[in-house]
Amino acid sequence: MSLKRAEKKEPLIRMVKRDDVSPRRAWAYRGIAFVLALITGGLLILALGHNPLLVYRDMVVGAWGSPTVIRETVKLTVPLLVTALALGLAFRMKFWNIGGEGQIMVGAIAAGAFGFFTADIFPSPLLITLMLAAGMLAGGIYGFIPAYFKANWNTNETLFTLMLNYVALALIKFLMNGPWKASGSSFPKMPMLAPAARLQQVLGVHWGWILALVLVVAAWFYFNKTKHGFEVSIVGNSRDTARYAGINVKRVIMRTMFISGALCGLVGVLQFAGTDYTITEGITGYVGFTAIIVAWLAKMNPYGMVVVSVFMAMLERGSNTIHTIYKIPASASNLLIGIIFFFMLGCEFFIRYRIVFRGRTPAVPVELTGNTGIMPASAASPFELSESEEAGNA
Amino acid sequence: MSETLAVHMEHITKTFGRVYANKDVSLELRQGEILALLGENGSGKTSLVNMLSGIYFPDSGDISVHGNKVTIRSPRDAYNLGIGMIHQHFKLVEVFSAAENIVLGQPGAVAMSRRKNNLEVAQLAQRYGFEIDPAKMVYDMSVSEKQTTEIIKVLYRGADILILDEPTAVLTPHETEKLFAVMRNMKADGKSIIIITHKLGEVLAVSDRVEVLRKGEYVATVNTNETGKSQLTEMMVGRPVSLKIERPHVSPGEVMLEVVDLSCHNSDGLKVLDKVSFTVSGGEILGIAGIAGSGQKELCESIAGLYPAIGGAVLMRSELEDETIMEPVLGLRPDVISKKGISMAFVPEDRLGMGLVGAMDVTDNVMLRSYKNNKGPFVDRKTPRALAERLIEQLAIVASGAGAIVGRLSGGNVQKVLIGREIAQAPTVLIVAYPVRGLDINSSYKIYDLLNEQKKKGVAVVFIGEDLDVLLELSDRLLVLCGGKVSGIVDPRLVTKEEVGLLMVQDVTEASKGATEPPPEQLQMELPLQESTEEYFSESLNTEGNRPA
Repeated sequence: MSLKRAEKKEPLIRMVKRDDVSPRRAWAYRGIAFVLALITGGLLILALGHNPLLVYRDMVVGAWGSPTVIRETVKLTVPLLVTALALGLAFRMKFWNIGGEGQIMVGAIAAGAFGFFTADIFPSPLLITLMLAAGMLAGGIYGFIPAYFKANWNTNETLFTLMLNYVALALIKFLMNGPWKASGSSFPKMPMLAPAARLQQVLGVHWGWILALVLVVAAWFYFNKTKHGFEVSIVGNSRDTARYAGINVKRVIMRTMFISGALCGLVGVLQFAGTDYTITEGITGYVGFTAIIVAWLAKMNPYGMVVVSVFMAMLERGSNTIHTIYKIPASASNLLIGIIFFFMLGCEFFIRYRIVFRGRTPAVPVELTGNTGIMPASAASPFELSESEEAGNA
Repeated sequence: MSETLAVHMEHITKTFGRVYANKDVSLELRQGEILALLGENGSGKTSLVNMLSGIYFPDSGDISVHGNKVTIRSPRDAYNLGIGMIHQHFKLVEVFSAAENIVLGQPGAVAMSRRKNNLEVAQLAQRYGFEIDPAKMVYDMSVSEKQTTEIIKVLYRGADILILDEPTAVLTPHETEKLFAVMRNMKADGKSIIIITHKLGEVLAVSDRVEVLRKGEYVATVNTNETGKSQLTEMMVGRPVSLKIERPHVSPGEVMLEVVDLSCHNSDGLKVLDKVSFTVSGGEILGIAGIAGSGQKELCESIAGLYPAIGGAVLMRSELEDETIMEPVLGLRPDVISKKGISMAFVPEDRLGMGLVGAMDVTDNVMLRSYKNNKGPFVDRKTPRALAERLIEQLAIVASGAGAIVGRLSGGNVQKVLIGREIAQAPTVLIVAYPVRGLDINSSYKIYDLLNEQKKKGVAVVFIGEDLDVLLELSDRLLVLCGGKVSGIVDPRLVTKEEVGLLMVQDVTEASKGATEPPPEQLQMELPLQESTEEYFSESLNTEGNRPA
């Protein structure tokens, strides 16, 4: 027992849990974090020998400067947004669907089965309807498979959905090299989609963007106003509570994942018939993964996803521009995206905790209940502070 | 005894967010005494000693140990000062023996001699009167043995200031007695001990002085031999409290619930319920007593359709289209049961893990049980919101409104939301599991009143409790579970607490002599582990009756 060792000063830095921060204040913190991210990114650009302000300006101009680039930005936004809606639905259930990529690919493949081979048989509206239905069904089934195993045997959905991505990718490669290979091509690639099977354009972009906006509102209603959405939240929070409430947990898991997969499948169809007009290994543009970040940054709120996905698309477009103008490598713009995420996620810590330096007593909180020193009853902490409500009722 | 205090905490303040855990609290622990720290849940007892054991760091205030001012930044600092804390949740390595756990983390040579360790531990144990087998593996131990291991671990590290946080919560009366004897031995050896508890009987039995906290603030310190139960209660609650529970007379009605030969396995395939049979009529409260883990959880969950049974039957009175029959419900999902015209309400033990969703507001939690009632794909929040507002008003729930997040309410208010919602279903059968666990005295009595109200309405109430005094005062009949078997159904007006206590441990001795059945003590371990959000406040037996003269 050495007393000396313990007779040190108080710790230099320590964390103190904050009380609930008002949403306004939390958003202010996020705003500060965003600005700090831009400054840090600016330092990076400076190190590369460019003026950060000009580069940032050109990024914005590159994404929104002319009708043509706006269309390109919107085209990037649509798949990201719809995939984020799909994944957000699964994430609300705490089902970690990492398989958006695979679900998008099988959606595109199923649509391709009609688009490539029945374009001469069906009239255009019917053909596109069939493609949409097939794509969504295929994506839904692809999402349903891991859910079925999860519901019945509690398999790990993260690994399961992730591995199904590779299965879907292999399927595309197989079709590209063999059965669906474009005739007369020496490269392994699929044919181009017949014009009748392509999606109509509205204001210069395929009508998928309208559908995406409708889906945003629909998703909000589904989350917040329907019995299904309520069940999803309960299953996500506690399966025991769900069972207690008489919810068929297995069915909810499978149903929700079917919907999530179907939405991803829809993205596959939109990409295939709306922008790419063929199927390649790169059909997804990695939105299956990027959308995970979109869903989280938006805190699973569909309207938030609109903002975040537009922003992400802008970064991507903008980074193309600065690549062209300044010869800043694309990897540098990815770095910028990484910096922004780092700050956005890091600021969540500061929303929850504050830092106290040695010698500074944390400000004594405002007392709510007058001079009795009674703790506000509405605030419970995980520690021993739970029973204080009765004092006022005596 | 020397003049210097073993521990002196002065003007300690600790806040969590805007909540005061401790506000200007002082504590004096004299050399070689047992100090009881008494207070209701949320009074800041654990927070205060956590600052002594290095888990929390105070916002302000001074701590002196043996007269020297110290700064305790981590549990290691506390150990170096000779302060050892025995937590409610044990921190032992399951696959190590007692002696291995005890010497773990101590400086020494690379090679260690198990024989020497065992010998050392045995000697230490003998000195204070512990009963322990140093070579016994932790996974083979009962809760009481694990606790003993924890205490010896602390002593082995040379602690002379011991803090025991609710040590009796998981012990049987007999084990509690043994613990108290050991505590007295340690005191005689010059150790200074702080025992945290909210059980008055234990305070009076074992302590020299009592410090009472209320709502995070210091109330008073009194000598144990100069005080009594009513004075202590008054200090804890802040006003005089009548500790009598009503038992209104209601003439019993029809049989509402019948359980026949119900048997269940646990996840290891061991029998946790063995041919349990009983009936409950409308207008009566059937109390269920037993040591923690005697099958109470499985019993109520299998009746409610949430736990698989391997045999037996559960029948409930169903009134569908003028026809009244006893409907078999075993193995049916809760929603299927309710479709059969049975209104069964169930208040599970794990409030936020099973009964409620902590992340949702009061309205959504009220809606949990009724959202299927309206037609169409959309939820109707209007009716549940109105009900939520009514509950908040009628049950005096302290919440900012129907939109308050349930997980942020205090334990008593969480429980009121849960019980209020269940009662609002107008049940014919009401099953409540440990409804007052972790609640303060006021909230507890409010809950008893609510149960009596239901009884008067002709509801068949099954009350699974842990405080034997309460069970004896509140129930009309008392069923005692022991190791998953019904060891007796008694009339609480006619039996003594000791008799019920005997029924609770009836075949414990037989089982531990090598019978195939798991000793109930072993099952007991499960309960504290399942507690995640709340501290475990079990009162398996009030020890007052076993207090030595």
